[in-house]
Amino acid sequence: MSRGIEIRTSPHLKRVVTVDKIMRTVVLALLPIAAFAVWQFGLSALLLLLTTTGVAILTEAFFARVSGRGNTVSDWSVVITGLLLGLTLPPGFPLWMAAVAAFVGVALGKALFGGLGYNVMNPALVGRAFVQAAFPVAITTWTPAFAPGRFTEIIPSTLTPPFMQPIPVDDWVAGLNLDGWSGATPLAIQKFQHIETPLMDTFSGMIAGSAGETSAILILICGLWLAWQRMLDWRIPVSVMAGAVLVALPFWLLDPNIYPSPWFVLCSGGLMLGAWFMASDMVASPVTASGVILYGLFIGALTVVIRLFGGLVEGIMYAILLANALGPLISSWTQPRVYGSK
Amino acid sequence: MKHHTAALDSNYAPEAGHSNLMKRIGLGFTRLLHGHKTFDHGIYPIEHKELTAGKPIRRLPFADELVIPLQQHKGRASVPIVKVGQEVVRGEPIAVADHFVSVPMHAPATGVIRAIGLAPTADGPKTPAIFLKVYHAASQQVLYDMEREPERMNVKDIIQAVQDAGLVGLGGGAFPSHVKMQPPAGRVIHTVLVNGCECEPYLTCDHRIMLEQTETLIRGIQIALRATRAERAIIGVEDNKLDAVSHLRARLPKHLPITVEAVQTKYPQGAEKMLISAVLDTEVPVGGLPADVGVAVFNVGTLAQMGELLPQGRGLIERVVTVSGPAVKNPGNFLVPIGTPVRFLLDQVGLKGPLGQVILGGPMMGMAVSSLDVPVTKSVSGVVALEPEDPALARRQVYPCIKCGECLQACPVSLNPSMLGELAVAREYDVMAGQYNLDQCFECGCCAFVCPSNIPLTQYFRIAKSINRDAQQRDEAKQRPH
Repeated sequence: MSRGIEIRTSPHLKRVVTVDKIMRTVVLALLPIAAFAVWQFGLSALLLLLTTTGVAILTEAFFARVSGRGNTVSDWSVVITGLLLGLTLPPGFPLWMAAVAAFVGVALGKALFGGLGYNVMNPALVGRAFVQAAFPVAITTWTPAFAPGRFTEIIPSTLTPPFMQPIPVDDWVAGLNLDGWSGATPLAIQKFQHIETPLMDTFSGMIAGSAGETSAILILICGLWLAWQRMLDWRIPVSVMAGAVLVALPFWLLDPNIYPSPWFVLCSGGLMLGAWFMASDMVASPVTASGVILYGLFIGALTVVIRLFGGLVEGIMYAILLANALGPLISSWTQPRVYGSK
Repeated sequence: MKHHTAALDSNYAPEAGHSNLMKRIGLGFTRLLHGHKTFDHGIYPIEHKELTAGKPIRRLPFADELVIPLQQHKGRASVPIVKVGQEVVRGEPIAVADHFVSVPMHAPATGVIRAIGLAPTADGPKTPAIFLKVYHAASQQVLYDMEREPERMNVKDIIQAVQDAGLVGLGGGAFPSHVKMQPPAGRVIHTVLVNGCECEPYLTCDHRIMLEQTETLIRGIQIALRATRAERAIIGVEDNKLDAVSHLRARLPKHLPITVEAVQTKYPQGAEKMLISAVLDTEVPVGGLPADVGVAVFNVGTLAQMGELLPQGRGLIERVVTVSGPAVKNPGNFLVPIGTPVRFLLDQVGLKGPLGQVILGGPMMGMAVSSLDVPVTKSVSGVVALEPEDPALARRQVYPCIKCGECLQACPVSLNPSMLGELAVAREYDVMAGQYNLDQCFECGCCAFVCPSNIPLTQYFRIAKSINRDAQQRDEAKQRPH
């Protein structure tokens, strides 16, 4: 007793899972997806991921210092933002533009609102939305997967000098002598030519697309592992997928020649990555049990509506951002019924 | 020792590692097959009950001095009827109830009143208490008894006898038992719910009482049935004590309307409202009492004492206390005279080394004491001693709320602790009570337990409630004519 006993208030027991552990586990779950992106798209993807993650960390550190909030990098949430952002960009995206996206995402999407916990929208998607508007050409310039020599040479557009137009990749792609390369993703091919890429290819990721969105099966495995670790609310991705299928199914039944099949909808584009790793962002999603289901269904449904009827090829990003904005409203609509009340 | 630290690394069973995965799956199947009832939400803290569950109740010697606070129960404090220097015999009344919602006190030992003054309590402020110097040479026989048959007494006399015995809720609530036996006008009690859940980690005193004091417990249930005019009694026991379930079932006479129901092992299953919704599938209305749904809930310890004391006309002078925790050398269950200082109790069980924290009650809702001179009162079901390096005492960084929603999934009364926490920080105390049902919170601690941001939610709510209470009292004072 000489050293004195502690006086604290109950509860005196505490579960050991903390915010930094949750965030580190999400980073761990994203690493296989990042590794697949590097294997698929080579050095350029590696540089892209390093740039977005690095700039995101630096931005976080800068704003934490300016606002006097101490070291907020140590909660690891900014690493998720940086990694996710890189995974949603085309593999040959100019690095300077990626740096802009990471800066804007963390600065406007997170620091401006007061840092972790206070952001309304997913910071990675805020950054991506910014560059989608600012650099429409670069963000729709796709390069083939598994290009020969991808581990020794860099996609020309990657090293575009800052503030310059992206270096065209057409000549470089032509030099690769690939058969059947059209410069479009399966999503665009389906939308404009109504040709569905074989399911096995979209499922396994043997296709073109953003660095980390190609392999549906890999994202599914990583997401399921995260959910099993209780670090991810499985109801969100499941309801996103359910919402997408619910809207896609009737159209496909109506005319399978024009409209995509539900499984193509699920496995193509960024839907899988968005559902498992971005819609599920705890901060930007509703807190109530029935709220997350509404939120997920809304994202899934809106994604397919944009894909089928919008001007854009992919709709997951705007669907999630819009749902993020609706999150607090959904939460307040779906307050739990208190014990003993009618 | 090593094993011990490893077990404490996580206070949360499902995350204790995959080594016990098979055990968890097994338990899951047991629950599926047995289908034990429970309430919505809640948490699964590591139980640590194995430390004392097998330890039979032992009597402890008397301390040199006993400290009997006059306010050990909910309601009005008792009024002393003894003088300093007066000699008292074990069991003799030393304070009386001066109100319906109050109880008398009885001398826990033969001795002399040394002083009537202020004594430290777990709640914080010093409160008036009777200091009793024990005569160690005395026989300590209880001379104050008056044999009678509760089966032949009328309802009014039983309720008076329960008050005279000084009985309060021994599960920790400390609400005078006789008050619960008289439902408000217009309410009829049909079911006596006997609470044998004991959902707090470490505590096993109720478990031992069900095993060892079965006869007096059954007698107590019969008295409660008679006093409340209820048709039936159900004993709710968590399914980590299935031995107690079968033990009780085997000993319950067939002609009595008493049954035993195993409920899921989940915290806070032993909270009155949670037990009611688990066993009877009904909810106590907001702002209401169990009597509103025709139920009266009594702890097994309370009824065992009732069955013991009433037929002899005696008062409550001792209770069973679990003394446990990683800092304790010989943990166990002890029959402790009311007023025994915690220091004496810990001396008796021995300590392994320096103390980190001492908790009266269980670790989820109990109070950390500021002094070991604090006495065991009627509501103290356990004394849990932690070592200084216990993970429960680790300094934890507080992060902003990340809206993970874990607290909403944990809250047994389905509040929104995440939102309430933000409102507390913004000092919107009236919004907390008005729109987010703060008053329904009974401070079980589930939200703070699960919060990955280490936000002290339960403490926030405690403060908010007391600020609201103060504001309400000020308003009432203002409205009174000058």
